[in-house]
Amino acid sequence: MGRKRAQSPPRQAAPTEDEGAGSSSQQPVEPPKEPTPPVRVIYCDVCSFPLEYCEFGSSFTRCKESLKESNEELYNKYYSDEALQSKIGTLSLEAQKKLEKDAAKKEAKAEAKADAALKKKLASQVTIKRIERTKRKHVTAIHGLEAFSIDLKKAAKQLAGRFATGASVTKNAQGLDEIVVQGDVSDEILEILEKGEGVLKGVPIDNVQVVEDKKKKTEG
Amino acid sequence: MFKKFVPSTDIAGHTPVKTSVQRQIRANVLSQWKIEPETLEAIWPKKEGLVHVKCREHVSIYTVNSEPIFFQHFDGPFYPTLRLLHKYPYILPKVQVDRGAIRFLLAGAHMMCPGLTSAGGYLPPAEEAIPAERMVAIHAEGKEHAVGVGITKLSTEDMKKINKGVGVETATYLGDDLWAIQTL
Ligand SMILES: [Zn+2]
Repeated sequence: MGRKRAQSPPRQAAPTEDEGAGSSSQQPVEPPKEPTPPVRVIYCDVCSFPLEYCEFGSSFTRCKESLKESNEELYNKYYSDEALQSKIGTLSLEAQKKLEKDAAKKEAKAEAKADAALKKKLASQVTIKRIERTKRKHVTAIHGLEAFSIDLKKAAKQLAGRFATGASVTKNAQGLDEIVVQGDVSDEILEILEKGEGVLKGVPIDNVQVVEDKKKKTEG
Repeated sequence: MFKKFVPSTDIAGHTPVKTSVQRQIRANVLSQWKIEPETLEAIWPKKEGLVHVKCREHVSIYTVNSEPIFFQHFDGPFYPTLRLLHKYPYILPKVQVDRGAIRFLLAGAHMMCPGLTSAGGYLPPAEEAIPAERMVAIHAEGKEHAVGVGITKLSTEDMKKINKGVGVETATYLGDDLWAIQTL
């Protein structure tokens, strides 16, 4: 579907820039220009910033350590005494001190936050609940997975596929999201979590609890 | 624009852009950036479809091969993403803030004139002045690579003269939620 530009007159008088200079005697085709190659910026493995900006991130200590290990030459480029001297630039000594203090504060804060998040994660429980619908029919409800950064929709899909049954994400009575799978599959789900199959990974098995929810008292 | 941006809730949907519209966008990008057509072709090949990722508050991100390459607010200019600007730093005129302003920029602040006019800042000389409402690459004192992309609120000559208030409005900056998105 190439348009035959050469033969047909141009459809619109597109003003090309080199037209203004010489009017009639133009070489029709210039050799195609090469695209400019992109600049390759090296980004930090830890904070994703260009290396020179690590000092403004919230993981400066780790950034530095990681770079020292992986690339000594670059490390010296950014963190040798000379480099440190020159980067202060026009900033006053006082302002530089403040900046360093701020950076340290930011880092401590980020660490504390990560720590708290980890603790919370380790403390959260996942429950697999077998719920009796009728004498023979059960559903299995799982909740608490989101604390382990598991995508509930994906997890439901995985389970539905695995057991060839229905599985959905719904809100329970407390307004919390849970996955409801048709049928009694609590033991199988426990096993899947233990193995960490598919998206259902990263849950310490000690944090998983299997409970039963029966309509009537357990029969003798 | 991307200070608090959560892809799972702030994105309304992905739509491939019609060829005719793509042609128009390409022409606009070519006129708004200082880029050679063949380089743009390397970034965004004609045979590769552009995808419009519609976001909240009239923000549009455009991707090629699921990599965000530029974005737009309402029908404003097409801002290159910072990652793209890092690859092709010459496509936008450059301004620079002093070292003291960097941490404010990284917190999402707009850039005040004094941070641009101080000894560590940089604005082009009068003969290369940048008018108001133009996209600029925001560089930082002592750093090689750009730290943000913004739009001038005053002409650079006015920034020097008035030296007060916001000089450059920040559209995207290092470490914002757009930076975090490598593929969409
Ligand atoms: Zn880093």
